[in-house]
Amino acid sequence: MTETTQILTEHTRSEIDMWLKKYPEDKKQSAVLAALREAQHQNGGFLTTELMDAVAAYLGLSNIAVYEVASFYSMFETESVGRHSISVCTNISCMLMGSDTIVEHLEKKLGVKTGESTKDGKFFIKVEEECLAACCGGPMMMIDHKYYENLTPERVDEILDEFE
Amino acid sequence: MSEDKITIEVDGQTLTANKGQMLIDVTDDNDIYVPRFCYHKKLSVAANCRLCLVEIEKVPKLMPACATPVMDGMKVKTRTQAAFEGQKSIMEFLLINHPLDCPICDQGGECELQDLAMGYGNDVSRYQEKKRVVKDKNIGPLIQTDLTRCIHCTRCVRFGEEIAGLREMGATGRGENMQIGTYIEKSVSSEMSGNIIDLCPVGALTSKPFRYSARSWELVQKDAIAPHDSVGSNIHVHVKGNQVKRVVPANNESINEVWISDRDRFSYEAVYSDERLKLPMVKENGIWHEVDWETALDVVKNSLKVLVDSNESDQIGTIASASSTLEELYLLQKFIRGIGSNNIDSRLKQSHFADKNAGPSFPYLGQSISEFDALQSALLIGSNVRKDQPIINHRLRKAVLHGASVMALNSVDYDFNFPVVAKSIVAPDLMPIELASILKALVESTNADVDKQIQQSIDKAIVSDVHRTIAVNLTDADDAIVLLGNIATAHPQFLLLRSLAGLIAKLSNSKLGYLSESANTSGAWLSGALPHRLAGAKQQENVGMNTLEMLEAQLKAYVLMGVEPELDCYDSRLARDAMKNAAFVVSLTAFRSEEMNDYADVLLPISVFTETSGTYINNEGTSQSFAGVVSPLAEARPAWKVLRVLGNYFELDGFDYQSSADVLSEVMAEIGDIKCDNSESWKITGSINSSANGIQRITETPMNMIDPISRRAVSLQKTDDVSDGAIHINSALAAKNKLTNDDSANVEQDESSATLKVIIDDRVPDDCVLIQSAHPAQISLGASFGEIRISKS
Repeated sequence: MTETTQILTEHTRSEIDMWLKKYPEDKKQSAVLAALREAQHQNGGFLTTELMDAVAAYLGLSNIAVYEVASFYSMFETESVGRHSISVCTNISCMLMGSDTIVEHLEKKLGVKTGESTKDGKFFIKVEEECLAACCGGPMMMIDHKYYENLTPERVDEILDEFE
Repeated sequence: MSEDKITIEVDGQTLTANKGQMLIDVTDDNDIYVPRFCYHKKLSVAANCRLCLVEIEKVPKLMPACATPVMDGMKVKTRTQAAFEGQKSIMEFLLINHPLDCPICDQGGECELQDLAMGYGNDVSRYQEKKRVVKDKNIGPLIQTDLTRCIHCTRCVRFGEEIAGLREMGATGRGENMQIGTYIEKSVSSEMSGNIIDLCPVGALTSKPFRYSARSWELVQKDAIAPHDSVGSNIHVHVKGNQVKRVVPANNESINEVWISDRDRFSYEAVYSDERLKLPMVKENGIWHEVDWETALDVVKNSLKVLVDSNESDQIGTIASASSTLEELYLLQKFIRGIGSNNIDSRLKQSHFADKNAGPSFPYLGQSISEFDALQSALLIGSNVRKDQPIINHRLRKAVLHGASVMALNSVDYDFNFPVVAKSIVAPDLMPIELASILKALVESTNADVDKQIQQSIDKAIVSDVHRTIAVNLTDADDAIVLLGNIATAHPQFLLLRSLAGLIAKLSNSKLGYLSESANTSGAWLSGALPHRLAGAKQQENVGMNTLEMLEAQLKAYVLMGVEPELDCYDSRLARDAMKNAAFVVSLTAFRSEEMNDYADVLLPISVFTETSGTYINNEGTSQSFAGVVSPLAEARPAWKVLRVLGNYFELDGFDYQSSADVLSEVMAEIGDIKCDNSESWKITGSINSSANGIQRITETPMNMIDPISRRAVSLQKTDDVSDGAIHINSALAAKNKLTNDDSANVEQDESSATLKVIIDDRVPDDCVLIQSAHPAQISLGASFGEIRISKS
């Protein structure tokens, strides 16, 4: 193991290895999305250049190839953000069910705009999340990996209070 | 007609094409023009600009010619209304975000986007919204970015991946936020990076040193040959008035294709260096005077004449750079032999010379440069080919991409931009032993009959898997080569390395080749700029001294041509001492330095490569002549003219040349057919045992420190490929001596010492110190190889 890959935790590495098994040996790059997801998870929700370099070294890719992927996909954050990532769906179904009010409430409650993190580093509201495929429960949001449906401003308050 | 040939019809013309060829290649071959941005014949097909849309019969939509394979009977129309409209619409899209800053853009006048906007663009834009702006990135001292102008053709990205073998540029972000760049702030480090300037179809990537200094339509393009490595890349020099403004590659498929190295591209800056010597100068009682040519040549004549008249001609030593032209080197040896001295050499970094006439007629590459593409296996011995001969490395990389196996035996674990199948990184004294092991592996695997002497000398060698892999790869390949690089040539046991390499080549049925150092190393050998050879590799009866002997002998007078001995020679300290102690030193030089002021007595300003006509013979034995593209700076004169006049001053016969072409025809008549043959010219053996104890010094010359010109190219000096004046040691040796990065260390070699910075560099093997040559801080140390001591200071 090289020095660069050492910042990946053992858990992250074993997860990446699990993904690597799914692809042919000479196609390690196929695991780049999974690897980045694990690396981001390990780091509390965002990627650093060091982490991306570590993923590149681990998969035998050039650093820039990993930067390209990380900067392309919206589920990767390449700058420091709050611990809990909030994505409010604002696509058509949720919008008709009042997602705008939810976003407005959230922004007011946390005192930040979408795309920003709270000062205490607890929450981060993602910019304009696309449809999360839970139209039947709109308006909805996703915090970290969990879906919360049929939202009202009051329900949002309750949910947020549960987080550390 | 062979089965692979098919017939297509383009604009009514019937064309023959190869099956599977892309349509744009067929139209290009037949001079039918299809506009394009992202397509480049040397790069993979990206098909992302969509400008090459053409109409194909029975296909409902327009097709991109760059990504459409031809099919038998295909009917293509490139100039129909539909095709034009498609191309026009694409142009409109491409121009949406492109700034209208052509008047201040360096690409203006030679811009593919500008040209095609003339042909395919509308005169009025329908786009009213805000244009996007991209922040410029600093990607190093050579390339200027203006990324707002980028049209995302990704040629630069593909170049990095496919040609440079080092993916540094990429497209990050997506949609409107997509940007070309390095993502993190970093300098691109490829030794071929400058080629992306040519590849960029717009003004997003332009030359930093050239920036804002001329418009393309003011430039006159002239042909020249690059003067820095043994490849002899063909270049175009762009001249405004009488000023060299920039250098770009000229196409030559058999040599440099369409690429050149950064060193060849940016070294022209040195032509106008502050250190250029403009007038002849003479030192009198320690004070320098600018004089006219006659006065200076009189001083040279009188000073040398004293020695000639007192039968001390052998006290004159002549050291010439192998970057000088064939004509210059020929005249220099003719002159110096004319006044009775055979002490002439151009092998500056070599230290092991015993072979004399057993050597080849010149250090031949072993095959042609273009033959590298089809190579199946190569063993590199003591070579950093990627930095030393970038174009050959590029060819080698192409071979690797086609499945060739490259192996390396080095004293520094150099970074190759292709996978290396097997490598052995050992201290310099172990290199012969490693080669003996490879040889033994070969003997074992081929059951070859070798004579007793060889059998005995490899008897004790220990064979490991690495040696077996190397042996097997070389034997299994139909087309293999064993190459001796710059470090092998400088190795104190060079001839032993060479004979072992020769045996390995012979037993594995491979070729043996040399990667020579300078633009005209071959020419220097063939023109007789050697102590034991006359022009045409004819034997010199009365063998003179080689470079090392000349310096060791501390002669009374030295004649230098294009050389800074303290920076260019094998033993820097010895060279400096010899110059300082000499009674008379005349230097034919384009530049002046503090050191030179100190030791020289007469400085004669000579032309650099852009200012003289001449000939270089490259590593594969191709002779390429060129004309001067600008007139010499101030009073500088082409060295061949200076030598002609010197010959006349000494009333020597045969110095009545009218032009450099006269000199050329004379030397070419001497040389006859250039004999490219290394076989049978390596049979000098020595004993294979390690004599070294203690810590060993390794010396490398970074790419941009190779000659007086590259050392004075300002922008190249800002890159990483320059000498750092430090000692590079691995972490084990550092720990043993309690040294860490950036510490100062006392470095002792023989009786001299220096204090140098420490850089921990794990490419260096155990108990070795890597020092980069041509740095002022290490001149006092001495020989390039040998025992060295370090301690914390």
